[in-house]
Amino acid sequence: MKIDQSQPLEYSTDQNQLNILGFWIFLGAEIMLFATLFTAYFTLQGRTGSGPTPGEIFEITPVLIETIVLLTSSFTIGLGVHAMRLGRKNAMLTFFGITLLLGLVFLGVEIFEFTHYYHVGATYQTSAFTAALLTTLGTHGAHVTLGLFWGLFIMIQVKKRGINPATANKSFIFSLYWHFLDVVWIFIFSFIYLKGMM
Amino acid sequence: MEFFERFAIPHPSPAIYASMVAIAVVSIGIVVGLTYFKKWGYLWREWLTTVDHKKIGIMYLISALLMLFRGGADAIMMRAQLATPDAKLLDAQHYNEIFTTHGVVMIMFMAMPFIFAFMNLIVPLQIGARDVAFPRLNALSFWLFFVGAMLFNISFVIGGSPDAGWTSYFPLAGNDFSESVGTNYYMLALQISGIGSLMTGINMCTTILKMRAPGMTLMKMPMFTWSAFIANIIIVFAFPVLTIALLMGTTDRLFGTHFFATTNGGMDMLWANFFWIWGHPEVYILILPAFGIYSEIISTFSRRNLYGYKSMVASMVLISLLSFLVWTHHFFTMGQGALTNSIFSITTMAIAVPTGVKIFNWLFTMWKGKIRFTVPMLYSVAFIPLFTIGGVTGVMLAMSAADYQYHNTMFLVAHFHNTIIPGVVFAMLAGLTYYWPKFFGFMLNEKIGKSTFWLLTVGFVLAFFPMYITGLDGQARRMYTYSEATGFGPLNMVSFVGAALMAIGFVTIVYNVYYSYKNSPRNIGSDPWDARSLEWATHTPVPEYNFARIPQISSSETFWDSKKNGHQLFKGELKEIHMPNNSGVPFIMGVIFFIAGFSFVFALWVPAVIALIGILVCLALRSFEQDHGRHISVEEIKETEAKIGGAK
Repeated sequence: MKIDQSQPLEYSTDQNQLNILGFWIFLGAEIMLFATLFTAYFTLQGRTGSGPTPGEIFEITPVLIETIVLLTSSFTIGLGVHAMRLGRKNAMLTFFGITLLLGLVFLGVEIFEFTHYYHVGATYQTSAFTAALLTTLGTHGAHVTLGLFWGLFIMIQVKKRGINPATANKSFIFSLYWHFLDVVWIFIFSFIYLKGMM
Repeated sequence: MEFFERFAIPHPSPAIYASMVAIAVVSIGIVVGLTYFKKWGYLWREWLTTVDHKKIGIMYLISALLMLFRGGADAIMMRAQLATPDAKLLDAQHYNEIFTTHGVVMIMFMAMPFIFAFMNLIVPLQIGARDVAFPRLNALSFWLFFVGAMLFNISFVIGGSPDAGWTSYFPLAGNDFSESVGTNYYMLALQISGIGSLMTGINMCTTILKMRAPGMTLMKMPMFTWSAFIANIIIVFAFPVLTIALLMGTTDRLFGTHFFATTNGGMDMLWANFFWIWGHPEVYILILPAFGIYSEIISTFSRRNLYGYKSMVASMVLISLLSFLVWTHHFFTMGQGALTNSIFSITTMAIAVPTGVKIFNWLFTMWKGKIRFTVPMLYSVAFIPLFTIGGVTGVMLAMSAADYQYHNTMFLVAHFHNTIIPGVVFAMLAGLTYYWPKFFGFMLNEKIGKSTFWLLTVGFVLAFFPMYITGLDGQARRMYTYSEATGFGPLNMVSFVGAALMAIGFVTIVYNVYYSYKNSPRNIGSDPWDARSLEWATHTPVPEYNFARIPQISSSETFWDSKKNGHQLFKGELKEIHMPNNSGVPFIMGVIFFIAGFSFVFALWVPAVIALIGILVCLALRSFEQDHGRHISVEEIKETEAKIGGAK
């Protein structure tokens, strides 16, 4: 394996560069995936049938907590990648750990939010609007859940194997994924929650 | 007993029972044969665990040919039923199932793997790479496609075929009107193979962007690689739409949501829109690589460089953009209003412009060329006028006002077969004949190949041109019969004769492979067609590392330059080559996906959840795995090179 010292560690081998480009293209596909979900949501948001409307079920508090927590986690993973580039393993692991904890809090609040919807009669089967809402949020939430496991696996590998081209590459790609989920959340927050509560 | 009743066929017929027996006999035959000849180990080591793009390409090729016969059997049954008025060969339900599976199988499980076969076989060779960017992901893509295809194909013997058309429009495809599990099969089989296609798209884009040999700028890529690149970009942006549409369709059917239902706010047209936002780009995913293959073949057999390289690239880019802007033309009659219809009419007609540019480029490539009418060239030459007719009828359909007359008639069926068969199928067969010697070491027989070509071309014209007339006269598509008074009888009989000729044509391909395997000479060298691009610069058969030395590129026809203008293709010393290790994980994941898909089809939640956990466990194991590949030493390379024809 040729290691190019002039590049950051995560870009330092040919395969690493391929992995990062491949992941960017994957994120392109993910954008289309969420764009389709948003399209469905915008089309169906007014089609509530006999169920509740967006304004009747949205609550600002859990949504704000989720937003703050997720945005903060995007910041901390940025610090984690910065620490990785400085070669400071413990600092990196700490920031990655904080990121995942914040992700876990996000997920907990989201589960609470879903149970709230269930109690106010907005279930998956209630109307086209609720189905579109829960599918969009659920797809994002499933991404976060998968990310928690993935991030945990990467932390274990960094802890065991140290910061090397392979683990640095994985950590960097994971940070791209995490930032992407944050970007999607900003759209969810603005165009689903805020718009629905206005 | 109640548990097993769900697996019963809702509309059994003697043909289905016969198929069950045939499937059982063939499966037992395969198992017995593999055991008797002690080939299990060989199968596992060389094929099921392979990550070599050439072997994966060959597996795609075999699957595509098998599915061609499955879809072809459906086609011949439909034409036989319609050959005479008031025929009783198939009942309405059976006919519905057959046109549904015919469409899905031919598009998703025949045409798609066929183009993936050529992308896998050719692209790394054309760009001078040793493999694709993510070899193991590539294997996983194949296995997901393969289990998706198998899942779809068992539907007609376990639980019932889908019967809502290949477009599976809601509310027809909802639980109220499609009660059997058939449409569940549709949703899940397409989902699984679609994930595979998406991963191929990512893989191929990365490969083409990052792994080209030194000197090969984007505008020096061979035309097939360009077409594959554009097609894969379309895959990356179109398939996620299908993923979501299928997800919603699945939850509507399995969990009682109301995305596409007619109650509780659901919107059936949302499915139609999503389906075609994926579906129309999908058409170009199929046709662009076909155009690429024609470009290679036409320039090789005209002994001229491709005319208008830059305009070829520009027109493909333009087609890829326009392909996302035309989806509404599939349902002009669904009441969007005049303005929307007019806009989509214009975008649709606009696609004829870049396509026309390509047609003229091919003609100018042949102009004053020294044309050799080999089998691949015959297909290419027939393609140009036939495809143009298909394109012109496409422009007719694009006129939204006139479309009210053509919509849902055999005219439409004639149109899209007229583009897909001379466009895609002929290209695949031309490519098959053209690239066969590269991968199997012998040529297919020209004489048999030419009779295949004539059978298919004459058969195609007889089968589909009459449909233009019956369609304009009002024969509806997807109707299982018609009365004698309509007068459609004679022309439908002509169609049947054409379909039968095509069926004979396809059988002669199999005979050709058998005959050529027995009789063709093996000393054909590495460049039997006197071709122009890089895939012909390496040995036949292609060594696993493709090129002992990475080639130096001077133009889009580097190999031709090296033959005629003394360009030195391979420079420098041999170096150790790094190759990826084989892995059984993609195959195992494929099997688990199959179990998951099957369990979801029948709402068997326990195995479904176990299988999903199994998939996640595979992903986790992959995350922890440390696989550095292996190295082929210089001595080993020298040995291989000496064995297969001397170092070049």
